[in-house]
Amino acid sequence: MNKTTEIKKDVTILFAGDSGDGIQLTGTQFTNTNALFGNDLSTFPNFPAEIRAPQGTLAGVSGFQLHFGSEQIYTPGDECDVLVVMNAAALKANLKNLKAGGSIIANTDGFDPKNLKLAKYPDGVQPLEDHSLDKFKLYTIDVTKMTKTALADSGLGTKEIDRTKNMFVLGFICWMYNRSLETSVNYVKEQFRKKPEIVEANTKVLKAGYHFGETSETFTTRYQVEKAAMPPGVYRNIMGNQATALGLLAASKLSGLEMFFGTYPITPASDILHELSKYKNFGVKTFQAEDEIAAITSAIGASFGGALGVTSSSGPGIALKGEAIGLALMLELPLLIVNVQRGGPSTGLPTKTEQADLMQAIYGRNGESPVPVIAAYSPSNCFDTVIEAARLAVEFMTPVFFLSDGYIANGAEPWRFPKEADLPKITPVFATINSKTEDGKFLPYKRNEKLSREWAIPGTKGLEHRIGGLEKEHETGNISYDPANHEFMVKMRQAKVDKIADYIPLQKLESGPEKGKLLIVGWGSTYGSITAAAKQAVAEGIEVSHVHLRYLNPLPKNLGEILSNFERIIVPEMNNGQLVRILRDKYLVPAEGFNKIKGEPFSTKEILGKIREAVLVS
Amino acid sequence: MTTTYTAKDLVTDQDVRWCPGCGDYSILKQVQTVIPELGIEKEKLVFISGIGCSSRFPYYMDTFGMHSIHGRATAIASGLKATRPDLSVWIVTGDGDSMSIGGNHLIHLLRRNFDVNILLFNNEIYGLTKGQYSPTSERGKITKSTPMGSVDHPFNPLALCLGADSTFIARTMDRDPVHLRTTLKRAHQHKGTSLLEIYQNCNVFNDGAFELFTEKSSKPEEALFLEHGQPLVFGINKNKGIKLDGFKPVVVELEGNSLNDLWIHDESDRMKASLLTRFFGEMGAENHLPRPFGVFYQENRYTYEDAMLEQLEEATSKGIGNLDAMIQGKNTWVVE
Repeated sequence: MNKTTEIKKDVTILFAGDSGDGIQLTGTQFTNTNALFGNDLSTFPNFPAEIRAPQGTLAGVSGFQLHFGSEQIYTPGDECDVLVVMNAAALKANLKNLKAGGSIIANTDGFDPKNLKLAKYPDGVQPLEDHSLDKFKLYTIDVTKMTKTALADSGLGTKEIDRTKNMFVLGFICWMYNRSLETSVNYVKEQFRKKPEIVEANTKVLKAGYHFGETSETFTTRYQVEKAAMPPGVYRNIMGNQATALGLLAASKLSGLEMFFGTYPITPASDILHELSKYKNFGVKTFQAEDEIAAITSAIGASFGGALGVTSSSGPGIALKGEAIGLALMLELPLLIVNVQRGGPSTGLPTKTEQADLMQAIYGRNGESPVPVIAAYSPSNCFDTVIEAARLAVEFMTPVFFLSDGYIANGAEPWRFPKEADLPKITPVFATINSKTEDGKFLPYKRNEKLSREWAIPGTKGLEHRIGGLEKEHETGNISYDPANHEFMVKMRQAKVDKIADYIPLQKLESGPEKGKLLIVGWGSTYGSITAAAKQAVAEGIEVSHVHLRYLNPLPKNLGEILSNFERIIVPEMNNGQLVRILRDKYLVPAEGFNKIKGEPFSTKEILGKIREAVLVS
Repeated sequence: MTTTYTAKDLVTDQDVRWCPGCGDYSILKQVQTVIPELGIEKEKLVFISGIGCSSRFPYYMDTFGMHSIHGRATAIASGLKATRPDLSVWIVTGDGDSMSIGGNHLIHLLRRNFDVNILLFNNEIYGLTKGQYSPTSERGKITKSTPMGSVDHPFNPLALCLGADSTFIARTMDRDPVHLRTTLKRAHQHKGTSLLEIYQNCNVFNDGAFELFTEKSSKPEEALFLEHGQPLVFGINKNKGIKLDGFKPVVVELEGNSLNDLWIHDESDRMKASLLTRFFGEMGAENHLPRPFGVFYQENRYTYEDAMLEQLEEATSKGIGNLDAMIQGKNTWVVE
């Protein structure tokens, strides 16, 4: 049969099904396939908080969105071109995200009366047959039946056969987008290397899906997305939490410090622990503590002993760590606090993304307790940013917040990874016997030009000293209730954090002129949508500039000057307005918030809409 | 190895600020006396405390020290010992610090069995916050926060710790310096977490809480000193013993009973140690038993830091990690 091939610049596919359908795996494998082919891409997994929510229900729908293309890709895509649904609930939950004229590929077995009822379709309504989907291209496949047929002679049970359904879909999609099955076959081999019968079954079903595309008369068109023109180099695909873990590993190596990672499982940060616990051959010590407080305090204990103490969590866990963060800043010990933000307050939306812990990071402790805060802006940027956080922590002897969020933590993108030799060195300054004064005294809180103290670790002969959470006397570190000393020390700790501004790069503009009518100021994971929207706006002839902050405390020294050069400043955030308040407070500028608090990232369209509106109004 | 420092070298230049007459003074003195005899290099000593009167302790010891936050000394010490097994780590805590706000970390430290020593100063009261009842105060205790008497059932610290699979539990008191020193040494010698409960008199808010066990007049009858391999004997003339009637301990007069029929203390017997922790009754209660002092239980179990290190050694024996290879991952592609 004749099949035609159509060239596409970019495609957004959303795989959706029951959380037990293997949707994340299908999405990840197709992502890796495209990455290895050479597309630029961005992904957005979206899953329910329940591990196995009731089967077939709307609450149990898991999704994986992939945007890949032959041009630069900044976001996982606003709306999808193709919606792959394994059941009725997946269709109902995601139809709103499908472009008019887009394609639906539906597994008919998931649209039986039972599934329709679970998806809360009214009695007698069959969306696959009632023409309600006429404005889309609808393709139906009985995936369950095809899979069963393919594995009829395998000797596997119904349950095991059922579990390979996702491979049929993956195989079919690979055919549709002209991609080889090699990556997926290798993955299956590696994953089930101890179960050859499972490897065989999955491979068989993958091929069945692929051949179905080739032979079925329903599908006459294949699509081709060419390689993207990206800067030359060697690339890999990376997710934010993976990049964070690798960055921590690199920071330990670059500083020559043993890493101690004290943590407690919490969504969406746990994958960092999972990754790091695989790095025992690097000497990484991971410690799954009894609670969030023990997670951070054990890391403080490790830092006291001269290790790179790291703790990770998400909002609720960070709240529990608050007192200990205060202790670390009072002790002036290096400590890295990783917050993979999620929807709050309280337990909030554990699997959804948000940027609402900025105020918590900057201010969320008792007393005057300044802590440096920096934020990653994309999955791969987690690597560089967490290394930078470690540098600040070690060189300034202070706890440092590294902010990520659920969106970039679980999202993936191609990464032109660096070599160890090209990474910045981190230089701890340890106290030695020579650190004593001429009269033989050791002053544990004597400061250098960075206003930082030396790291005096137990085991160093002659430097025995006590540190603690009580207010301490300048230089000696002895307990002091002296009023003037307290005020002096509060200001000193603030000055130390402010001093960091001298040791970080000046703020640059991502795009647009240095002076003008409109400036968009973002931080963290909104980078992709703002960048894409700004680019689109410029293409439409709108003049707009974009600043994206990585350093949130202290802010870059030239930021005030940049802000003063614009008539209008808009700050898009996935919260109710946090950075915008800080900018208004610090620079007395009329910055305006543009907020989305839906547990999901901004679409490019939303930001672009705001830019257009701002230009019209002003 | 021999150490070259003395008790005096462990005194800091800070004024000791406990109330005059506080039991903490005695404990500080005995710790400073014992430590130079233990053969630990001075710079390897670390004292970590939480919050409370007892937690001021590190400021008075000229070693490395950290006065941290309420209840967390146990967790801080865990992280320190995990990364620095070479250090001799001592945790100083109180009944509020370790059994109330820090209860969770205490039990988890015990089950993990890091090789550290816990000195639990139990005075059955909150001293630093000026006299509220603590989790070890007896029911009915009248304090500032319980004018009609506390309705809380108290913890039995050693029973709790044994329940958490502690590998070493012992009890001593501030007013018996010889016993305190001996027990401190035993705690140090144990490899694993040593939990030493020290009855400590708070002469301001709970004076005389332990006087039955510490005063000459009642001590012989009310305190039972445990010695490994020896029968449980007590009384003013060493004329009483404890015998097991099935699982029930009973007090017997030695006259007419052979010493061989008495309960012989065995530090490695977990079941018997469990019974000993239950010698915890009030005066006048039915089958009143004397309160035991000394080492209740000791077992050798792997320490967390050793197990952690073993895994790292196993992992590195197959080759030390290559950072560039790790960053690169398994699947890459080249853009020309």
